Amino acid sequence: MQEITIIKPETSRFQIGLKDLWIYRELLYFMTLRDLKIRYKQTAIGVFWAILQPVLTTAIFTAIFTSIARFESITVPYPLFALSGILIWLYVNTSITMASNSLVGNANLVTKIYFPRLIVPLAATLSGLLDLLIGVFLLVLLMLWYGAAFSAQMLLAPVFIGLGVILATAIGTFFAAVNVKFRDVKFALPFALQIWMFLSPVFYPLEILSEKWRLVFAFNPLTGILLGFRSSMFGTPYDWFAIGISAAFTLILLMFGFFVFKKMENDFADLI
Amino acid sequence: MTVIKVDNVSKVYKLGGPSHNSLRDALASFVRSPLSRGARESIDALKSVSFDVSEGETLGIIGNNGAGKSTLLKILSRITKPSAGEIELRGRVGSLLEVGTGFHSELSGRENIFLNGAILGMKRAEIEQKFDEIVAFSEIGKFLDTAVKHYSSGMYMRLAFAVAAHLEPEILIVDEVLAVGDMAFQKKCLRKMRDIGETGRTVLFVSHDMQSIGRLCSRVIWLKDGEIVLDGETNEVISAYRTEQSETGSERIWSEGSKRPGNDLAKLSAVRVLDKNGVPASAIDIREPLFIEMEYEILSGEKVVVPNIHLYNDFGVCVFVSHDWQSEWRTKPRPRGTYVSRMKIPGNFLAEGAFLVTVAASTYTPMEVHFVVRDAVLFHVVDSIDGETARGDYAGVLPGIVRPILEWETEILNS
Repeated sequence: MQEITIIKPETSRFQIGLKDLWIYRELLYFMTLRDLKIRYKQTAIGVFWAILQPVLTTAIFTAIFTSIARFESITVPYPLFALSGILIWLYVNTSITMASNSLVGNANLVTKIYFPRLIVPLAATLSGLLDLLIGVFLLVLLMLWYGAAFSAQMLLAPVFIGLGVILATAIGTFFAAVNVKFRDVKFALPFALQIWMFLSPVFYPLEILSEKWRLVFAFNPLTGILLGFRSSMFGTPYDWFAIGISAAFTLILLMFGFFVFKKMENDFADLI
Repeated sequence: MTVIKVDNVSKVYKLGGPSHNSLRDALASFVRSPLSRGARESIDALKSVSFDVSEGETLGIIGNNGAGKSTLLKILSRITKPSAGEIELRGRVGSLLEVGTGFHSELSGRENIFLNGAILGMKRAEIEQKFDEIVAFSEIGKFLDTAVKHYSSGMYMRLAFAVAAHLEPEILIVDEVLAVGDMAFQKKCLRKMRDIGETGRTVLFVSHDMQSIGRLCSRVIWLKDGEIVLDGETNEVISAYRTEQSETGSERIWSEGSKRPGNDLAKLSAVRVLDKNGVPASAIDIREPLFIEMEYEILSGEKVVVPNIHLYNDFGVCVFVSHDWQSEWRTKPRPRGTYVSRMKIPGNFLAEGAFLVTVAASTYTPMEVHFVVRDAVLFHVVDSIDGETARGDYAGVLPGIVRPILEWETEILNS
């Protein structure tokens, strides 16, 4: 059976194009591999950046927060707490930044060849996973060093990493599409990401906030992911309420991100 | 069987007006006039274009810059969508709008073969299966594991084309790929493209190079301002296109008596290139004869006047000079009147390419030139690749001023 392709003007019907994505799944694999391979090309210390960044950030936060403030609610040594948050944050931050530049950075592909455009930002968010896995390995080593307890809850950690990937994909695809038309993204995004970090419990526990504010913070999709990841790693009780809200909100963001991306997709080749 | 069906396809591009390349512009224009969406200037890149392509056909698309060729290719390869109309494609489509699309300079040749193959729509297993063939075709040999940024541009092009050439789609869309690379590489590309065409696959080929179009395509579409001007057999379309393009056509007529070239003895009134049927034509099949005709007036019957024709090729090389040596007036003065002299150039004689015709009328004893018009008319000889011309099965660039079919004999001496 020969494949038949119909080319028609754009319709208003919204489709993610999962079938097309499936057909091109190997391209996603090769694009992810490409992004991985070129990430640390022509750097002196290569993949050590994946270790150096979280370690240095953890060291700075530890130096600051163990001398000026005490977070009573933290049950594990502060460096473990900080590193676990920083790993997730660095992944989300880097992936969104890379994804938002991905379409513009691959303009020659977009204007010269057909393939599902979603693959470009997807590859950018997936390729960041290696750094995160290296970071998690580092965290486990540090937990051994501090003699922290290991529990079966650790098996749930991949679920929250998965939620992190979905969140990065949602926001990354949105900005990748918007960046094609409005290059303001390049300036606005780093600033917005920085504010987002301060508004998320990356280096402070949620418990320093009042009940009312904790509820507000739960609507930050990153909050539930951070809480869930930490509970998994350190074997502390899960805050399912916050996690539930974050997960639901993450999925809504994903649909929104895909929707905007698909809406703008047809004009990419003409605008870029 | 029809494999490409293009039905009333149009494409409108919005130009100028509120295009909002920054958010500030978008907001500002919204604040100024929140209700109007702004009057946009637009251009019609394609206007209701329709055509069908059958399986195994090699279709050429020609036209000036801005005629809509690239837009058509972009729509066919699904990079951009049409504004109206519909296209139906049967079979896998491979498009080569640029060789080496998606190559990454930091990656090695090996890594790029897989990446580029996947971008072009090949399956991983397929690439693995053809890997050795691709490497052999590209001739990059020991540099396979070197980053392509260290490649020479020639190596880069060879590798890129090698991947693309092994794509084996049912429909191949090619844009100007052959405009790059050295001669040897171009030959290889042309041969590969011809092979693709011969295996029953459909090829759509856009080029400015009329010689490659003539060699590869059986049918040509000429686009102008987003519309199809002509859709037909290669020679016919190239001929029409060339005639419109060049100031020098295949026919030149001086209607006003005072402006005719010449002296008070002889004046030229017309020069024409005719095909075998006596119809003015600017593109001629290499196998067929052609005629160059000059029309002139003899104003006084005092001297012997010999019309002569000088033929030059594309590179300004004089191919030959020929006199009218057969007519009865070769040695005696001719009476006043209007004459037509016609020179026949046999088929399978000139090489392919463009030829410029200079016409003159002279008296030889004593030497006197009555008129001479340089580059009066122009014509093209087209050599198609179907194995029946002097080029045989060779698809590349064939040098030489003439291309006769000569006799060969080969005998076996021992075995």
